[in-house]
Amino acid sequence: MSPANQKKLTGARILIETLIEQGVSVVFGYPGGQVVDIYDELYKARRRLRHILTAHEQGAAHAADGYARVTGKVGAVIATSGPGATNLVTGIATAMLDSVPMVVITGNVPTDLIGRDSFQEVNITGITFSITKHNYFVTDVNELADTVREAFRIAKSGRPGPVLIDIPKDIQTAKAYFTPGAPAEPFEEPHAAADKIAEAAAMIAASQRPLLYIGGGAAANDLGPEIMEFAEKTDSFITCSLMGLSSVSNTCDRFLGMEGMHGRYAATKATVEADLIIGVGVRFSDRATGNTKKYAKNAKILQIDTDLSEINKNVIVDIGLVGNVKETFRLLSEATAAQTRPKWHARVMELKEQGRAIFDKINADALSTVTPRTVFDIINELKQPDTVIATDVGQHQMWAAQYSRFLQPRRFVSSGGLGTMGYGMGAAIGAAFATGKHTVLITGDGSFGMNLNELATAVTYKVPVLIVLMDNTVLGMVRQWQMLFFDGRCSATQLDRKTDFVKLAAAFGAKGERISTAEEFRAAFTRGWKYNGPYLIHVPVDKNELVLPMIPSGGSLEDLITSDERKTKK
Amino acid sequence: MNRYVLSVYVENKYGVLTRVASLFMRRGFNIDSLTVGETENPEFSRITITLRGDDYTCEQIINQLKKLHNVKKVKLISDGSKVERELMLIKVRNTPENRNDIMAAAEIFRAKIIDYSTDYMCVEVTGEPSKINAFIDVLQPLGIVEMCRTGAVALERGSSILVS
Repeated sequence: MSPANQKKLTGARILIETLIEQGVSVVFGYPGGQVVDIYDELYKARRRLRHILTAHEQGAAHAADGYARVTGKVGAVIATSGPGATNLVTGIATAMLDSVPMVVITGNVPTDLIGRDSFQEVNITGITFSITKHNYFVTDVNELADTVREAFRIAKSGRPGPVLIDIPKDIQTAKAYFTPGAPAEPFEEPHAAADKIAEAAAMIAASQRPLLYIGGGAAANDLGPEIMEFAEKTDSFITCSLMGLSSVSNTCDRFLGMEGMHGRYAATKATVEADLIIGVGVRFSDRATGNTKKYAKNAKILQIDTDLSEINKNVIVDIGLVGNVKETFRLLSEATAAQTRPKWHARVMELKEQGRAIFDKINADALSTVTPRTVFDIINELKQPDTVIATDVGQHQMWAAQYSRFLQPRRFVSSGGLGTMGYGMGAAIGAAFATGKHTVLITGDGSFGMNLNELATAVTYKVPVLIVLMDNTVLGMVRQWQMLFFDGRCSATQLDRKTDFVKLAAAFGAKGERISTAEEFRAAFTRGWKYNGPYLIHVPVDKNELVLPMIPSGGSLEDLITSDERKTKK
Repeated sequence: MNRYVLSVYVENKYGVLTRVASLFMRRGFNIDSLTVGETENPEFSRITITLRGDDYTCEQIINQLKKLHNVKKVKLISDGSKVERELMLIKVRNTPENRNDIMAAAEIFRAKIIDYSTDYMCVEVTGEPSKINAFIDVLQPLGIVEMCRTGAVALERGSSILVS
């Protein structure tokens, strides 16, 4: 294994060469004692591989995640041992829960110091067992290149996810021969069996009221056009989970929106009335289904997923098609005959009308001077069709999900499964590096407070992030539960901080302004759109504003809340 | 509650046992026993897991195990077609009053007395877990001092092979 024309390279160099070989052009990270060799190689390779230094490792992980969601490529992040590695944990778990492909590199103390509680030593492979798709602890520099290749392969195969590689410092400095390779191909993944697909097609043909329910798996496979075509052909309609948002254009009149806890009325009601749910890349999460005993109780369920363990996990399905989602859906579509369903069509149109009326009523009842809907109406009007909307987690996230208008796939970047407050800043930066264009971040005063240090990153790299900070002075989502289900005992949700966000933006070297009318918001957004760097717009929101409609946790459509009872009682 | 026996064929690599064991904790599954050892191919180990639950839980466990990168094969070994064995070492008090009872029980259960001292006896017994349980029941009134069980291992009968 020592070809005469080859020189030995250090582990650190092999790592960088392999990252470049695997198609990485941007890596997010933060240096430290046990990755200083890797950073030395990054310096030497700076013209071939761009490194973005964040303010905190968590921000780097979220940035790699945001970058991966928008591009569909594998995101990459580097951190040092110990606290560097543990700071990544929330970011890794966020990517795991939302099936985002990511390769995470951590340094560790030299092999002979492992297990001695050495300075900045943690067992990060142990810590991340359950929040990675797979992880590695490298003990031989000769295996490093193939380990990195396999990590990329695992990250992007089947149901994507994060893979971590922990590299002790002595492996980074040890030398080995390096043979360049090609970008890893995903593991071969067959489509579902033909007889199962035929069975599913028969089930669709027999259905009077079919409804597509699409999720992150449809988004990851860029299935939007196929889904719309299928809905048109079969006279069926489309609902989605939070993770499925933006995979189908909102202009498609067969799209009913998100279903579930804060979903659209028509989507949720159609789920109750449908006689067939066709789940594509969804895991029937509790936030989407509510009480699974009452979920889609009139319907048979057909589920298409790449992950066998998702079949029958949360709801029991009638047919599970396991395999490559894109190919399986294509074959199913081919096997399904065109059919009109005029009664169902008319009924769904009726539901849409009812839903619109409910939504209009909710908005008429809104308390804020500039209502959430107004904020999004203006954003929708001023943003570009390909603009990425990133969010943090909370009420503002649900408003973004309800009101944003998506026209292109991979344009909604939000922590769905883990619900990570503080996700937004890093993710928006990653998204902006992916598109090279203005990115809108919708955040709240609570979430923004968690990772606002990444403003520094955005300023340094002139990242055009338009930060719409919806400030209601409270932790609105939890407070909403307290107001509705805990007799208004607002335990620890009253922030009432004295932060001046405009000055805060200025202190970081960013621009910011506070608005108090819709016209001011429009003007501010227009200014922000022209600014080359982070631009914060502080939007006051009434602290009693609720996200509606709402189905309480574990409830069903019968428990739907469409207005704030307390107000009407008052 | 049914009893299930799973054979899991895994790569013999760093942390595999932890990965498998932590999966059970993470998903809230309970297991009765887990044994692991090398196979005919030293690059692979075979884990035998016994658990109690319903078909839903068992299916979930199998599907989640299959997602682990180092797990190469998972098979539910059905009741009618397997040979299953467990080994137990059990130490009992050796007194003139119970000595004959212990030796009689050992003979009936085809157990072996592998250590004998003035105050204690250590007995080795092998068999299906239900037989081991029965042996414990018999020795219980005679004064068990300590015991340890290996957990079950199982193979399918006849020509069925986990990995060919």
